[in-house]
Amino acid sequence: MSTVSYTALLHLLLPEVIVIAAALVVLAADLLISRTAPTRVRFITAAIISAIGCIGAVTEIVRSPQQANVFNGTFVVSSETSLVQIALLILTVLVVILSIESSFTSHVGEYFAVTLFATTGMMLLVSSENILLIFLSLELLSLSLYVLAAFNKRSSHSAEAALKYFLFGGMSAAFLLFGLSLLYGLSNSTNLLQIAHAIKSPPLDPLLAVAIVMIVLGLGFKVAAVPFHFWAPDVYEGAPANSAALIASGAKVAGFVIFYQLMITAFAGAEGSADWKNFTPGWVPVVAIVAALSMVLGNLVAITQTSVRRLLAYSAIAHAGYTLLALVSHTEQSFVALLYYAITYALTLIGAFGVVSIVEEQVGGEKLSDFAGLSSRAPVLSICMLIFMLSLGGIPPLAGFFGKFFLFASTLSAGQHSPDLLWLVVLAIAMSTVSLYYYMQVLKRIYIVKPSSEADPIHVPIVSQLALCAIALSILLLGCAPNLFLVWLHQPILFWL
Amino acid sequence: MLAWTIYISFLGALALMLPKVPARAARGIALLAAITGFAITVSAFLRPANGVMTTILHRSWVPSLGIEYYLAADGISLVLVLLTGIVAIAGVLFSWNIEQRSKEFFALYLALIGGVYGVFLSADLFLLFVFYEIAIIPKYFLIAIWGSTQREYAAMKLVLYSLVGSAMVLIVLIAAYVIAGAKTMNLLTLSQFRFPLHFQMWAFPLMFVGFGILAGLWPFHTWAPTGHVAAPTAASMLLAGVVMKLGAYGCLRVAMVLFPHGLDPWGFTVLGLASWRDLFSLLAVIGIVYGALVALVQQDFKFVVGYSSVSHMGFVLLGLMTLSRIGLTGAVLQMFSHGVLAALLFAVVGRMVYDRTHTRDLTALSRMHLSKALPFAAVTFVLAAIASIGMPGFSGFVAELQILIGAWSAFPIYVVGAGIGIVISVAYAWRAMQKAFFSDAGPESTTTPLARISMPERLGAAMLIIASLTVGLYPQLLLNLVIPALNSPLFDGLRKGHWQ
Repeated sequence: MSTVSYTALLHLLLPEVIVIAAALVVLAADLLISRTAPTRVRFITAAIISAIGCIGAVTEIVRSPQQANVFNGTFVVSSETSLVQIALLILTVLVVILSIESSFTSHVGEYFAVTLFATTGMMLLVSSENILLIFLSLELLSLSLYVLAAFNKRSSHSAEAALKYFLFGGMSAAFLLFGLSLLYGLSNSTNLLQIAHAIKSPPLDPLLAVAIVMIVLGLGFKVAAVPFHFWAPDVYEGAPANSAALIASGAKVAGFVIFYQLMITAFAGAEGSADWKNFTPGWVPVVAIVAALSMVLGNLVAITQTSVRRLLAYSAIAHAGYTLLALVSHTEQSFVALLYYAITYALTLIGAFGVVSIVEEQVGGEKLSDFAGLSSRAPVLSICMLIFMLSLGGIPPLAGFFGKFFLFASTLSAGQHSPDLLWLVVLAIAMSTVSLYYYMQVLKRIYIVKPSSEADPIHVPIVSQLALCAIALSILLLGCAPNLFLVWLHQPILFWL
Repeated sequence: MLAWTIYISFLGALALMLPKVPARAARGIALLAAITGFAITVSAFLRPANGVMTTILHRSWVPSLGIEYYLAADGISLVLVLLTGIVAIAGVLFSWNIEQRSKEFFALYLALIGGVYGVFLSADLFLLFVFYEIAIIPKYFLIAIWGSTQREYAAMKLVLYSLVGSAMVLIVLIAAYVIAGAKTMNLLTLSQFRFPLHFQMWAFPLMFVGFGILAGLWPFHTWAPTGHVAAPTAASMLLAGVVMKLGAYGCLRVAMVLFPHGLDPWGFTVLGLASWRDLFSLLAVIGIVYGALVALVQQDFKFVVGYSSVSHMGFVLLGLMTLSRIGLTGAVLQMFSHGVLAALLFAVVGRMVYDRTHTRDLTALSRMHLSKALPFAAVTFVLAAIASIGMPGFSGFVAELQILIGAWSAFPIYVVGAGIGIVISVAYAWRAMQKAFFSDAGPESTTTPLARISMPERLGAAMLIIASLTVGLYPQLLLNLVIPALNSPLFDGLRKGHWQ
């Protein structure tokens, strides 16, 4: 056990502290102006403060890059975690900016404060190697997200979504905790590396098998993988658009990163194999099955959806399946692929939810039919949506295509000899072809079907428009020049200074 | 320099998306972009070139994965780039009358053209695939927004077929990339890599069919007639003229070059077939005969041309499967020839006739005495029809003759089938020509005189006819490029053991 001075610890935790401070400032500021100012002004103030807090945290991370591992892995800072934290903060900033024009609640300060708490949860989650702290930050994140999902008190859908999310989430947290406690029992340690050291044994201990299944269940819930996906469609549909965007973006990225870290670190030695005709027990085949089921079910069910939010939810399940391929292959390269894929996907989804929320407010619904003729009513918005949908479907030169290529190539490269995991890649490519069908359905409504009644131009708030264009451009840029991102991943953060 | 064909097209598409550009200027911008692209190609042609692979631009793109931004052209790409330039200009000229959402139309049109140029000029397989996919999406919108008959169905069908094809290609590309060590996607390097035989045996057919779907390989051709018929004129010209060539080009340039041993005998015989080569040449001949037979009984004028495309593309695939220099040369020439002629036929049917008479039903057309009402259209169609059935002097003759000679030494029986296909093609061309233009059935019912054939249409038609005649009379122009390209080291793998 090393001793660390609390000032040094505070210094290490400064980004998180900044975010928390911003949350408190938001609460206080909103309290001060809530009596006098109209909701609009309160939203703008709170959003600006939150954005400043997140950007401040990003600046802090970039300005003083650190390497540390305190209290035996309880809190780890490395270039890798800093990178993920920056990505999470940027995603939160985008969600916050897109919420500026909303008006669904009168508890503005609380809304943004909880958003920032959730972000803190994500940041802590990705920077720990201790199962206790992992669980705690996961709960901080989850509890904040339950509240965010329920935030639209005027909508019964929102309440239903939150309740469902909470019940499923609580249950999966219990499973996860059970799995983690089994791990502790097996290894007598809460540190991932020490756990791996203690349980290294080729014949799979039955208790370990139970722990694996429990942990895959608990984290599979977080990333909405089949068969733990039931909450996703309802939450995506019922929650306020910006909460849904956060749940679907930042929380997903954090979930995938910790899923990956936990599996490859704690269960090193208990991998097993998911090679074709050569399954051996371990955690890899479990994840492989979950991934395959997610890809198939998510894509096939998405075809029948008429609500764009539910469509995005099922497509998110499918994307969780693709992303889990990185766990199945678990090479160094697949972690890079996972980060690239999860982050660009999250970016795209925030954009898509931004468009959906504008359409909802201006047209009055988010069914496919509400998108009819959008191209003549809001051309810029339509082009953004075009880019988001095609990127989700994996059409080059957008980020979604390169992400898929990178992910699949790294999955195939993983086997010892010739492509062992070909079956998963073939399934993934086939299913992403299916996915283009329903993304095209959205685009068909936007560009081809004529609007049903009055076709006045839609008023798109200027801030949202700018943010959406920025997201669309960055997706195009990341797709055309993926190297920008990859270099960033490979080099220390100092590269930018 | 040649790389600018790609950039000009995409820049044109971008310019058309700017809100300030007036809709009236759209066709002008599109024409300008198309002519510039063509001019660049011609300048590349005039330069003394020997047809072997010449690098245009070679940059590192994603170094950690070994992906390069590598553009290069050899004789085969040059021929197809030239074809693209010609058809692109003609397509703009024949869509001079587009009024509805014209900016979007030409933006998508140019995006499609840019993708096509990109495929023909890529020497890195990742880049090639990127351009290949870029070319798919605009097709959907072009057909679904500006099309006719069952346009949404046809557009979706076309896109799904294309995407299934490209998924098959992608699977093989990634697998090949990984097996070759995940270091490079460079076509020239990968073509030197000796892939394991058992891998080639499944990779080759998967990729060949993947590309073949776009080339109208029977029985995966069904997207083609419905897509061509539903598409607006310029889009059908591009689809039949250029996009189907993407598929055939991919078969030759990627599938056959990477996996030459996929064509080896299986070692056993099923239904008289002993290798993928036998199977695909059989499918090609079935395509030739089947396409021609179906064209013979169509009532819809555009379906006649649509099925004739399937039949003519069958010749390209048969030429590829001969694996002889003369057969492959013929296949490339046929790509060019069919590109020009199919574009011309669709222009006559879609623009000159349908836009004026608003019907494509051959019986209805036979009462209109179109040879008198639209003499220019009649003459153009006659020229296009006799050129496509293989009249000496036009490009179709040189191409099909070489394919048949090549096929004769490889599989004589199939030549009989192909010959029957040619005979039927004379019949359907004759039938369509007679019914649409030269029938004297029924009384003269020209209540409203049809609009005269406009100047852009005349120019476009003249351009395409001249292109076909030039190649027909002086095939050496293209052969000088194609033959050295086929002799280059890129085709070494195919040449060893297979070349006859």
